[in-house]
Amino acid sequence: MTYSISNIARSKGDPKVLHSGPSSLGAADRMARALGWFSIGLGLAELIAAERITRALGMEGKETLVRAYGVRELGHGIVSLSPDKHLGLWSRVAGDGLDIATLMTAMRHDNPKRDNVGIALAAVLGVTLLDIIGAQGVTARHRRPSSQLRSYRDRTGFPRGVQAARGAARDFKVPPDMRAAPALAAVSDRATQEKAQEKARPH
Amino acid sequence: MRALVWHGKEDIRCDTLTDPEIEQPRDAIVKVTSCAICGSDLHLFHNFIPAMLPGDIMGHEMMGEVVEVGPEAKHKLKVGDRVVVPFTIICGECDQCKRGNFSVCEATNRKKYLADKVFGHPTAGLFGYTHLTGGYPGGQAEYLRVPFADATHIKVPDGIPDEKVLFLGDIFPTGWQAAVQCDIQPTDTVAIWGCGPVGQMAIRSAVLLGAKQVIAIDHLPDRLEMAEAGGAVTINFDEESVVERLNELTGGLGPEKCIDAIGMEAHVSPSMPDTVYDRAKQMLGAESDRPHVLREMIYVCRPAGVISIPGVYGGLVDKFPMGQLMNKGLTIRTGQTHVNRWTDDLLRRIEEGQIDPSFVITHTVSLEEGPEMYKVFRDKQDSCIKVVLKP
Ligand SMILES: [Zn+2]
Ligand SMILES: [Zn+2]
Repeated sequence: MTYSISNIARSKGDPKVLHSGPSSLGAADRMARALGWFSIGLGLAELIAAERITRALGMEGKETLVRAYGVRELGHGIVSLSPDKHLGLWSRVAGDGLDIATLMTAMRHDNPKRDNVGIALAAVLGVTLLDIIGAQGVTARHRRPSSQLRSYRDRTGFPRGVQAARGAARDFKVPPDMRAAPALAAVSDRATQEKAQEKARPH
Repeated sequence: MRALVWHGKEDIRCDTLTDPEIEQPRDAIVKVTSCAICGSDLHLFHNFIPAMLPGDIMGHEMMGEVVEVGPEAKHKLKVGDRVVVPFTIICGECDQCKRGNFSVCEATNRKKYLADKVFGHPTAGLFGYTHLTGGYPGGQAEYLRVPFADATHIKVPDGIPDEKVLFLGDIFPTGWQAAVQCDIQPTDTVAIWGCGPVGQMAIRSAVLLGAKQVIAIDHLPDRLEMAEAGGAVTINFDEESVVERLNELTGGLGPEKCIDAIGMEAHVSPSMPDTVYDRAKQMLGAESDRPHVLREMIYVCRPAGVISIPGVYGGLVDKFPMGQLMNKGLTIRTGQTHVNRWTDDLLRRIEEGQIDPSFVITHTVSLEEGPEMYKVFRDKQDSCIKVVLKP
């Protein structure tokens, strides 16, 4: 309904949206967008609440690492929300791998928060699955198959052919405000001529 | 009515809306028979020019039939007239309009206060191209209100198909002006970056204006093939070095005239490290435009040459080679197109059979299929170069 708010920018006679139809965003694009915002949210959480996260996972002392992962997560998010979203989602998949590997190091028997780590691992695995589905989805939707090229060999645009078209508009007079400086030769020719005329003129 | 409406980044929908109404005495309402998706619409699709609001109607390349005329437009238009609507809204009376600088008309931007802040001074009102240029509803719609309609129209005769004249509203005069402002001489090599719709028109224009050699640069084989069909020598930047090849083709001197038909979203590839750098900065909001093409043009252009920029830029660029530009004495010419300055002449050239701009159309679909075609066009799927919509 944001369009009804933005109607304040419209004048009386401007058309106003009554109801919305099909969008250029496909299901894969919407999924990419959701995952992109998820990345931003997670990244901010890792940056702001690094201590809480390490405490919950029994990973005290790894705050800097968590914050670095937060920055990385923000990067995934920004790219996933951009037109290059396939790069963003595949980078998320790679990031998931890194997250899993890091969590695995906390699955030690002596970690009292082992259960929490297990829950976190399950969550990351679930998100990884979504990321892979999303990445494959947007890649397929926006791919340009090089095998289906059409041929435009006959699209000259010139009904009488290219040869006849070369210079056909030389009758056109370039307006004075769009002229380029004349070639140096033309300038010096004119100067020589003017000098000759000057000499020929009786004093 | 139905129209293609911007709702957010990459979110364009075919919505049902109220019909436009006459507001000012110089307005007219046009029933749109054909409209097109422009490459510059993709910058809005990506929200790289952040002055769109949800609910804004897209589209600035359209034509149709006049169905209603305000009292002060009646001396120039009547119901039933067939018109192409230029993307620039013009008053026809201000200082700039009198000089033919229609795209910087001083009277038609109804959100002057915004444009003043961002550009210093307002430029002309544009259809469907952000609130910086007036926030006027665009023409990817069944009906369009044309402000200042007595000046803002191009009459076209019956009996000539829509497809041949539709592009008089934008890409044809845009490619034409790009070539004209190069002041092409018979000895000139004109290099054109980008073989999208404007690039294709610039190639044909440079050929018609008599360039010695026209060189087209892209990396999509289908687009390069279309460029070659129009008489250009092609360079595929995925396969060869643009600078080396351009120097080779010009006897080591460099092209005299360079045209940037790409604009702010240059292709990103690890083989061109500056493009990766720009993309990263753009994502972080530290740079709005990716000027790889400008850097390459300024580097390779023959000294004292001309750089012509029809490609759209939105804001700030980084690492701009001012030293090369200044020392080489290059001339930069740019601007939105002064559409009406060229259209009488171009319509004549179409009628006489010198050129048929419909060659560029690769897809014709209904308005309902519009949102999906934005994606297809952006992703360059199905060899898509130019989409025409039939409301
Ligand atoms: Zn355009
Ligand atoms: Zn004006």
